[in-house]
Amino acid sequence: MSKPRGLIAHTWSGLKKDPLGMAGFVLVSIILLLTILAPWLAPYDPLDVNVHNRLSGPSAAHWLGTDQLGRDILSRVLYGGQVALKVSLVAISVAMAIGLLLGMLAGLGPRWLDRVLVIGFDTVRSFPTIMFALAIVALTGPSLNTVIGVIIITSIPVYARVVRTQTRALRQRDFILAERAMGASTGRILRDHVLPNIAAPLFILASMDVPAVVGMEAGLSFLGLGVSPPTPSWGSILNDGYSYLRNSPWPIIAGGIPLIAVTLGFTFFGESLRDIFDPKLRSKDK
Amino acid sequence: MLRFIVRRGLLSLLILFLAVSLMFGMIHMVPGDPATVMLGPKATPEMKAEFSRRLGLDQPLAVQLGRFYAGLARGDLGEDPFTNREVTVIVWEQLPYTLVLVLVAIGGASLLGIPLGCFSAIRRNSLLDRLTAVMSVAFIAIPSFVVALYLLLWLAVKWRWFPAMGAGESGNLADQAHHLVLPAIALGLGWVGYIARMVRASMLEVMEENHIRTARAFGLPERTVIVHYALRIAMLPTVTILGMGIGTMLSGALFAEIVFSRPGIGKLLYEAVLTRNYPIVMGSVLVTTGFFVLSTLASDIINAMLDPRLRERQGSGE
Repeated sequence: MSKPRGLIAHTWSGLKKDPLGMAGFVLVSIILLLTILAPWLAPYDPLDVNVHNRLSGPSAAHWLGTDQLGRDILSRVLYGGQVALKVSLVAISVAMAIGLLLGMLAGLGPRWLDRVLVIGFDTVRSFPTIMFALAIVALTGPSLNTVIGVIIITSIPVYARVVRTQTRALRQRDFILAERAMGASTGRILRDHVLPNIAAPLFILASMDVPAVVGMEAGLSFLGLGVSPPTPSWGSILNDGYSYLRNSPWPIIAGGIPLIAVTLGFTFFGESLRDIFDPKLRSKDK
Repeated sequence: MLRFIVRRGLLSLLILFLAVSLMFGMIHMVPGDPATVMLGPKATPEMKAEFSRRLGLDQPLAVQLGRFYAGLARGDLGEDPFTNREVTVIVWEQLPYTLVLVLVAIGGASLLGIPLGCFSAIRRNSLLDRLTAVMSVAFIAIPSFVVALYLLLWLAVKWRWFPAMGAGESGNLADQAHHLVLPAIALGLGWVGYIARMVRASMLEVMEENHIRTARAFGLPERTVIVHYALRIAMLPTVTILGMGIGTMLSGALFAEIVFSRPGIGKLLYEAVLTRNYPIVMGSVLVTTGFFVLSTLASDIINAMLDPRLRERQGSGE
């Protein structure tokens, strides 16, 4: 695990043996590319209103048609990916960092602290996520930052629990005990031994968490509780489409496809990564 | 065993208590006073004062929280400030719609998922097995509201096979069932694959066991061995998952209810959020969270009854 080159080669050879994982990887790469290149690829400004051409079907000028304000749906879908990308990047990395910290604290700290933290994790998880999100939005008003905050809070326990379990398991291992006996500090043990050992499961968890995070953002934006108009998000495109469902099916078709592609791509890719790096996790899943 | 149940039950109560208090605290931390938020900018100071007094908002937070729990113990969740109706009555009116939807969804998912998982285990690595494996992962991943929207678009609006809105005429069972189909599919689709996976995994485990070998050695027909001996045991872990599923689905039903304009707890909460109707928000969150915690508790206990090893592990906080 020390040589990054070996790591990439290992992943690649594992992916080549798993067609579904490879398909997921390709799908994820395509979507990432399209999203990052959105400003150059989008044929129109996603906010450009054209009332003379409302709710039109696909044409040479507008490949996916236009919405109720005559905005180009293809451009909105491409830019919508940037919202999804931003939310998942920010939410997952912050949740992972805090989860890592709290999980290691629970795993290595005194017993009472472990108890308190575990009850805390369970409390947060005891709210059904969507209800929790709605309740928070009811209090603070709709905004993308609220969505990110909710996802962070509800995801922390997921990461923290994995880190805690792994840290506790490592704590009893001989090589850690030996380091301890030689007088290594807790910080050193965490940095040199615990961190490298939990990095792989953590990243696999993150890649499998992307569909849930993207789905959550889209879901809240669909309910009108996420991004504020006129910003395009896959969820808000679906929301617009839902309101004008009987006039044109295209906004719904176009807003749904990237969501399905992202969730499938990351799930297949994540499952494949898990099988490559941690066959043990697979048996636990059963 | 009893000790485990009591300890696990107390922990659930503690978690529920923390969750509700947290929720209550957050409502009162909201910037601006709730009376202004709920009554709107045109309310006079007298109206606001009267409103605050009626909801008990002029008391300190601890007193309000105490009153809330005292009310809760009597089964009283307060009043809807807009209609003056009791929150419990409103929640009870909506709950059956959601419960029926959830039960139909999970029932349908089991009817499909159990045979699928069973066949996959018996015909391991067959085309059906591999197809089920891919589909189950796929269906779990796709957000349910996207499924709901596509179903609405094609089966209700375009082909008109199913109604697009509402829960059907009251008293007309056939009509209500007709209205249930699409929301139930949207809610249950992801569970088909989940259940199939569970059944497959536990079937594979059970099929290796001695009593199955004995049954076969006695020359019982393969069908009898599978249905009467293997599946019956393999079903146990699946049943606990189903229990937990009901709790999760109660909140997941929200999207199906909104897309198909069905009454229910999810829709109630959503509308309360939009109008900042805090007592209703509090009531519906409490009911769904309560169901969620209880169903997790129930499936933990059933699991522990089935598997003493798990009981040990959970008792030590793993």
